[in-house]
Amino acid sequence: MTHAHLSGIDYAVMLAYFACVLGIGALLKRGVKSGNDFFLAGRAVPAWITGLAFLSANLGAQEVIGMGASGAKYGIATSHFYWVGAIPAMVFVGLLMMPFYYGSRARSVPEYLKLRFDEKTRALNAISFAAMTVFSSGISLYAMGKLFNLLLGWDFSVAILLSAAIVLAYTVLGGLTSSIYNEVLQFFLIVFGFAPLVILGLHAVGGWSGLQARLATVATSHGFAAGAYTHAWTYLDQPAHNPIGVERFGLVMGLGFVLSFGYWCTDFLVVQRAMAADSMTSARRTPLLAAFPKMLFPFLVILPGMIALAITGTGGASLVPAKLDALGHPALTATGAAVPDFDLATPMMLVHFFPAGLLGLGITALLASFMSGMAGNVTAFNTVWTYDIYQSYINRDAPDSHYVNMGRIATVGGIALSIVAAYAASRFNDIMDMLQLVFAFVNAPLFATFALGMFWRRTTGHGAFVGLASGILAAALHHGLTLPAGAVTGIKGGFFGVVATYPSELAQTFWTAIWAWSTCFAVTILVSLFTRPRPAEDLKGLVWSLTERPKDGALPWYKRPLTLGLVVLACTLVLNLIFY
Amino acid sequence: MGLDLRLPIGALFLVIGLLLAGYGFLSSPGVPVDRWWGLVLVAFGALMLGLAYRGRRG
Repeated sequence: MTHAHLSGIDYAVMLAYFACVLGIGALLKRGVKSGNDFFLAGRAVPAWITGLAFLSANLGAQEVIGMGASGAKYGIATSHFYWVGAIPAMVFVGLLMMPFYYGSRARSVPEYLKLRFDEKTRALNAISFAAMTVFSSGISLYAMGKLFNLLLGWDFSVAILLSAAIVLAYTVLGGLTSSIYNEVLQFFLIVFGFAPLVILGLHAVGGWSGLQARLATVATSHGFAAGAYTHAWTYLDQPAHNPIGVERFGLVMGLGFVLSFGYWCTDFLVVQRAMAADSMTSARRTPLLAAFPKMLFPFLVILPGMIALAITGTGGASLVPAKLDALGHPALTATGAAVPDFDLATPMMLVHFFPAGLLGLGITALLASFMSGMAGNVTAFNTVWTYDIYQSYINRDAPDSHYVNMGRIATVGGIALSIVAAYAASRFNDIMDMLQLVFAFVNAPLFATFALGMFWRRTTGHGAFVGLASGILAAALHHGLTLPAGAVTGIKGGFFGVVATYPSELAQTFWTAIWAWSTCFAVTILVSLFTRPRPAEDLKGLVWSLTERPKDGALPWYKRPLTLGLVVLACTLVLNLIFY
Repeated sequence: MGLDLRLPIGALFLVIGLLLAGYGFLSSPGVPVDRWWGLVLVAFGALMLGLAYRGRRG
């Protein structure tokens, strides 16, 4: 593969972005005076900003590159990540969970677990979360270095060290505010950087109907019905009828309910953005406002992948090239076919369609998404480290300024660890799959713990802890006993012997999550019934039945969270029907 | 927080828009896509700056 060439105008666009990012950090430094400012952005950020940051905190590399990859692999059904997964979960977290997070004055998700349950449940979550953030920011860094090396011929080390240095500069200076501001900036860069890609791409394949016609050819050549890549629901009646290899129940339960609710409701990385809001109403509106642009994102990030598949599959330029192994040779499957590198679909689209100038904007948008994904992980890491590990177990009674300094040191440490993780990742081939797996292990059972903890007063600390541990164990067992079709025993599963096989990795992950969640749910209830619950007065503000309902009466009806939530759900339903 | 986020967003997109549009018009043979998209970015940047200006007065 030949490298794309960037010209002066492309570098000028990139430099403008770097200057802006560092300028924001420098300007914000004056405002950071206390731990509250550094870790919680002073709880003074308006809802439209926290909303966009909530949205783009997870709009990192995995989303932009990964959704394009899935679009090329599974077609429009990838949008279920949004229309079945994220959106309902965001409405749920805004309407029902935010009152506890914001109202309890907990500073982090692990801290909420401590208030509601006990120290050991918090420790389990704090440590596993801190490890996860370092890993995912390291993987993000690695993926970026590899991509820019492959695409533009940049040196791997220069690419990751330069972006790590920039992220370090602005997060150390401005803390969470800086991170949030840059996430919003990056949101607009992605929108304005990718919109022309979709427009030019659709134009090239003859619009939506042209795309449908081309993908019909691709679908039939893969042995599916003609509409398998362009209909979201029609071919989900049987696993064998769609490229994901899953049927409606597995999709709605696994992806929609367990995985998405688990991610959006319990992952501190996203919840932290809403906790920075300036009032309870803003905190609740944060995920709801975020849901509106979120539901349109499939058009921005999934369509490029589908267009790449359509062009490649109908004899055009090869926009989904073959994957290369460590030595630079094309990787082959067991049957000798080339393995397509779906992760390159979106970047190849950029290079193929954009002239000099616009290419600089597209590359800058990609760079920004890598960097803000990393910054999000790092700011969540420094909060959890400082409050839930350092202040809880190492140094309990220091002055506030001490913890701000510790937060800055943790930022440096978090970034250094990410760089180490990035180099470690370059030694393994399937590290991305590994990370996906860790998410399914950690987040899916955690959602059962939260759902029970918030809505069933009787849940006890022992119940939560044992339930969580057995949920993780159940995930490991299920993964160890199953295998996606065509995969080799090992990291992809089957290490305890293969009892069942799934048509795709995604299908396997869905069912791992379902098993983990159900086990945690059942065990938590069982253990709770045999252990002593906490007295009701300790649980005020932490449990639904003992918390005052937030009063929205003073707001005009169209500004109330409930109205917003219902409008969001109605719009999502319409989208599902259009692409049924 | 002392810094209206609309200010840096507006400034950045104005600068990028001017760069793209300038390149699209001035380079030869000229890049029509850069031209049009640059103008879209300039409009968006100006809108953000305008909102920030109104917010400061109000």
